[in-house]
Amino acid sequence: MARVMLGLGLFAWLLVATAAELSQQRRDELHNLLLQDCGSCHGMTMKGGLGPALTPKDLQNKDREMLIVTILQGRHGTPMPPWSTMLSRNEVEWLVDQLYEGVTP
Amino acid sequence: MKRLAKVVQQQTRTLFLLCISLLAVSACTTPRGTGDMGVVIERATGSIQVVETTHRTTLAKVEGLGDLSHASVVYSRDARYAYIFGRDGGLTKVDILSGQITKRVMQSGNSIGGAVSQDGKLIAVSNYKPGGVKVFNAATLELVANIPAVYGEASQQSKTVGLVDAPGQRFVFSLYDAGEIWLVDFSQGNMPQITRYKNIGKLPYDGLITPDGRYYIAGLFGEDGLALLDLWHPEKGVKRILNDYGRGKQKLPVYKMPHLEGWAMTEDYAFLPAVGRYEVLVANRRDWKLTKSIEVHGQPVFVMAQPGGRQIWVSFAHPRNDVVQVIDTESMQVIKTLTPGKAVLHMEFTPRGEQVWISARDSNEVSVYDTRTFERLKTLPMDKPSGIFFTDRAHRIGL
Repeated sequence: MARVMLGLGLFAWLLVATAAELSQQRRDELHNLLLQDCGSCHGMTMKGGLGPALTPKDLQNKDREMLIVTILQGRHGTPMPPWSTMLSRNEVEWLVDQLYEGVTP
Repeated sequence: MKRLAKVVQQQTRTLFLLCISLLAVSACTTPRGTGDMGVVIERATGSIQVVETTHRTTLAKVEGLGDLSHASVVYSRDARYAYIFGRDGGLTKVDILSGQITKRVMQSGNSIGGAVSQDGKLIAVSNYKPGGVKVFNAATLELVANIPAVYGEASQQSKTVGLVDAPGQRFVFSLYDAGEIWLVDFSQGNMPQITRYKNIGKLPYDGLITPDGRYYIAGLFGEDGLALLDLWHPEKGVKRILNDYGRGKQKLPVYKMPHLEGWAMTEDYAFLPAVGRYEVLVANRRDWKLTKSIEVHGQPVFVMAQPGGRQIWVSFAHPRNDVVQVIDTESMQVIKTLTPGKAVLHMEFTPRGEQVWISARDSNEVSVYDTRTFERLKTLPMDKPSGIFFTDRAHRIGL
């Protein structure tokens, strides 16, 4: 029981730690990036453009790690650039979770 | 009859009072021309601001235009109506004099831009989903022709890009997925003659027509070089130019696709945004050979010539997009670096080039600069401004 509690505690701590690393200001910046810059190709409502649609429905069967790697490394042979030069993995994970949940302006 | 007269009289009086109270802003003022007017897209709120460049003010705000990320505008030939192409497939006709929506249709699921025909009677819209071009009656926005961009054995539909009008009541566009250019001729009526040019290159992502309306040029994302169609001699087919233009061997990531519309052309040279590199490239217009590269602040997005051709103004891709640089076309040097605000998206010159309006999306403002002194003349508050479109576009081929 103690171990479970410890495990839960650790899990909770990890969650807090990941979230805490992104300040509210940084989240606002990332949200803006998602809407405006990702939106240039994927649409501000994420219904697609030159790039594919990224609504929760479109992503429901897509692997989270694959999405993270695509954002970090880009996709060869398409205009999708690698964002690892500007974003940390932690930030990209946050972006992907936003996409799964649905992006609202 | 008497009663009717009284009602009319009352209405006239009410209208008169209304006019007095709205004198500064409404259509009740003395009639005006639209030659110094334009619209600015507010991309996040689905609205536009109608502006004028004489006193540099906003005249009206029009709302309810849908998803305006990557929106563009063309004008009716009398420069009174703006046709606004939204990302969500919305096509809206706005009377800029009254600041009212005249007509609005949802014509597809996902669109990227449009064009107005030489005679002003047709509006063509370039669609991603379903891939193709739809053509509408400019007066009523009723559908005139549907041109699905069908290709391949499985009859897929390609996203269409780089749609422009061309002399001879024609439209030209490129098929992103299929690697084709289509020339669509409406000179014989509403059943267009379509000429398809296949294998023009991989992933054409945008197109432009030279200001004289003679050459259509498609930019290729999938390979180096550009595809050129001579519209005086369409029978000669598409040829490749500027073979060393593009991402080259060391492909650098591109954080915003360079725009081809508004590519700067002076008498002798074309100034092009390098793809991925921090350079503006200079090509000789006679033989389409690259002659020089000019080092600039970031990855260029818009490379636009001031009317008259003396200056080239350059905007940049994320994250170096808080800067605009000015190149002197004679010395081919950067002569000025300006910081108009955060996330500069678009620039538009007044028709004779004495002012340039610059939108800074994340600063929520449009700044007006004097192109001679580089002084900031005015800053107008806007909500996430992107494209700026002045009415002189009504009288220019390809815009």
